[in-house]
Amino acid sequence: MIRLSVNGTMRELDVDPEMPLLWALRDVLGLTGTKYGCGQALCGACTVHLDGEVVRSCVTPVARAAGKSVTTIEGLYDHPLQRAWCDMAVPQCGFCQSGQIMTAAALLAQNPKPRDQDIDQSLAGNLCRCGTYLHIRAAVKRAAGMPEE
Amino acid sequence: MPRVLTALLLLAACASQKQEAPAADRAEQSRAYFLQASRVFLHPRCANCHPDGETPLQGMDGKAHDPPVVRGKDDHGVVGMRCGGCHQDHNLALARVPGAPEWHVAPREMAWVGKTPRQICEQIKDPLRNGGRTLAQIVDHNAHDKLVAWGWSPGHGREPAPGTQEQLGKIVAAWVETGAECPAEGARP
Repeated sequence: MIRLSVNGTMRELDVDPEMPLLWALRDVLGLTGTKYGCGQALCGACTVHLDGEVVRSCVTPVARAAGKSVTTIEGLYDHPLQRAWCDMAVPQCGFCQSGQIMTAAALLAQNPKPRDQDIDQSLAGNLCRCGTYLHIRAAVKRAAGMPEE
Repeated sequence: MPRVLTALLLLAACASQKQEAPAADRAEQSRAYFLQASRVFLHPRCANCHPDGETPLQGMDGKAHDPPVVRGKDDHGVVGMRCGGCHQDHNLALARVPGAPEWHVAPREMAWVGKTPRQICEQIKDPLRNGGRTLAQIVDHNAHDKLVAWGWSPGHGREPAPGTQEQLGKIVAAWVETGAECPAEGARP
């Protein structure tokens, strides 16, 4: 049995310890905001926080989360990034956006006023096939209370 | 590969011999040991994470790491792109993501890519560029470090570094025991 906190609630999971955390979140706990993209940590769609650090949940064995705190897009609630995303209509298809927001949230938590270079480097592992990168960068700046360009 | 392995085994066997050789011979032996060890240091499984730049390399042809990561202040990446965000403490068979404990790039001053064996030798002996290690600690690092060990268990069809970690440890120990001499600038393994 694996015990972990998910979005502030203690959960017990009777699953294979090697099961990817993403499967546990989506298929066992029903938290489908986190997306499956590549399954190889190459696209960032599955990004969640583990004790505040960004991890790609598609390659993170659930056993690694035992005794730790997992935050998913559902756990951000009314985050400034989510408001900026809505205000600026950032998503197009939307599939990658929960991962984008989770990475951006970790960035702002450590660096409240990021430079363009900081944003680009931190979000380099989150791909968007719709090409919304400029909107994403602008929304991160708005959430940080910075000029958008 | 068999030729390289044979040479490593022969040298490892020599390392266990305790006969005293004349100083000139010992120095020559020492240089030969380092050249053999440099086969490992310059192999992509090892050198790719000793880059002379901000980004680790991957593959046998040393392509830039994809996704595009940078070393950051502590050589473990930047927020959102930390090494441990993707790399676990073990290789992942299905996802094919390599992994080992404390996955990270070597500090910039320990860059091996583009260096000659002599340059690497001088670097490895210099506490300012080897993480403050003594020669004994260098031997231990090569022989026992778990991230170094990944070089021989890289997973997913990746070519391992030559020989074994145990053999490398013996060769580096023999290099130290014979005076830790560095090969000539033009010398190659």
